[in-house]
Amino acid sequence: MIRLKDVEKEYENGTYALRGITLTIDDGEFVFLVGPSGSGKSTIIKLLTGEIMPTSGRIIINGFSMTKISDRQIPLLRRSIGVIFQDFRLIEKKTVYENLSFAMRAVGASPRTIRSRIPYVLELVGLEEKTNQYPHELSGGEQQRVAIARALVNNPNTIIADEPTGNLDPARSLEIMRLLGRINELGTTVVVVTHERDLVDRFQKRVVMLDQGKITGDGVGYEAK
Amino acid sequence: MQRHDFTYFVHEGASNLFSHGFMSFAAVGVTVACLLIMGTFSLVAYNAEMLLKTLESEYEILAFIDDDFSAARTQQVGEKLQQLPNVKSVEFITRQEAMDAFEQRALDDYTRAHLDPNMFRDRYAVFVKDLNLVRQTAEEVRAEAGVEDVRVDEDIAGGFILVRNVAGAVSLALVAVLLVVSVFIISNTIRLTTFDRRDEIAIMKMVGATNGFIRWPFVYEGFFLGLLSSLIAFVLQWLVYAALAQSIVAADTLKFLRVVPFSDIWKPVALTFGTAGMVIGVGGSLTAIRKFLQV
Repeated sequence: MIRLKDVEKEYENGTYALRGITLTIDDGEFVFLVGPSGSGKSTIIKLLTGEIMPTSGRIIINGFSMTKISDRQIPLLRRSIGVIFQDFRLIEKKTVYENLSFAMRAVGASPRTIRSRIPYVLELVGLEEKTNQYPHELSGGEQQRVAIARALVNNPNTIIADEPTGNLDPARSLEIMRLLGRINELGTTVVVVTHERDLVDRFQKRVVMLDQGKITGDGVGYEAK
Repeated sequence: MQRHDFTYFVHEGASNLFSHGFMSFAAVGVTVACLLIMGTFSLVAYNAEMLLKTLESEYEILAFIDDDFSAARTQQVGEKLQQLPNVKSVEFITRQEAMDAFEQRALDDYTRAHLDPNMFRDRYAVFVKDLNLVRQTAEEVRAEAGVEDVRVDEDIAGGFILVRNVAGAVSLALVAVLLVVSVFIISNTIRLTTFDRRDEIAIMKMVGATNGFIRWPFVYEGFFLGLLSSLIAFVLQWLVYAALAQSIVAADTLKFLRVVPFSDIWKPVALTFGTAGMVIGVGGSLTAIRKFLQV
């Protein structure tokens, strides 16, 4: 579960990114976080992944209280979250399999666990045929599916996707959203940050709208506004 | 740490060495040079120390005994001298022995022919424990009843101490400076590796790798760089030392120098080089990665 209560974030340069944000996302929910540039979407992601701390207010994510979390606990928090970026962030000199095994190695998974887990995840994202290919040999949509596989490979209970379709054409974007929907149906909480209204409209999911650091709407679809 | 983690760290550390081959080569080269300079100066200081210890053990205060003293009283003087705090040992030299020793050093036949034991006095050669206290000890010897005169060469004693102290201080300063230089060079090499792998590090942090897990491959890289440097430096040190020792033995003017054979000291030298290499390597890598992990 993700819970933000009266969260404020002021950066060192005096910019107020978030003002009094209160938001609850239950386990297994699929939520779109939408808003224009500078509305505070990225700040929320950074707060949820422990990159930055709130100026005031309380944040609880997957049982970790961000106001009390120690440096040693941050890696544990991050293992419970899978993050997907607009620019994929794959390691170019590693194959699809190696990109995934690298993410598993980093959290201390044994070679046996890695061998059994990766084929399952690659099948889930439909890339079982691309195991030994390098990122530059894949299309944008395929690269994003590798990034989703990497986010999933350590079996997190939350996926946070930051503009996952920003670099893709509409057809590929729809594919990625459907894939995230399937992952959500398997029980994983999914939070998608996007500004693509057309895409959001195609799914009857909860939409949280942000503007100038405040929540301006919360409901199913854009009619929530 | 589990076995598969260890294998991973070692593999990654070794791979990093080759991914920046030129920088690794440069780091090893500079570290070898630093170790070699440190080693050479330390070995010179060690040999100087050994030589000075030998000279120190041979350094003596001569205490001339009153001619009126009987053999029994002269012996009592020797016993009293032996009890002085800074005295290591005393050796009685009769006037005849003193004359014999002088005779061997006499320059010409005339002097030799006219030598008479009565020109000499019975004496004690007093050997000291600490050359720093030689003046004070000489005064204590002089104060003993029956000691008519004392001959002590304080300049030589002071010279010994000065040479030893300077050699020790110079080698210590060099070791400290070169150690810092080596750590800096290795640190820069590893910083380059961390910079090149910043995306991988960011992904590792994103998926929940601990700082320790991220740090270990770089620590191994530094360890390998240091170990390789110390191995090369040790072999070169051996060759340089053997060549220098050989030329000292061959030179007529340097015959008084006694060089400790490398076979007598190779174990502590290897241990010191190995330890210094590891400290430089691991220290350098920890310095390089520390700031990076704080981001």
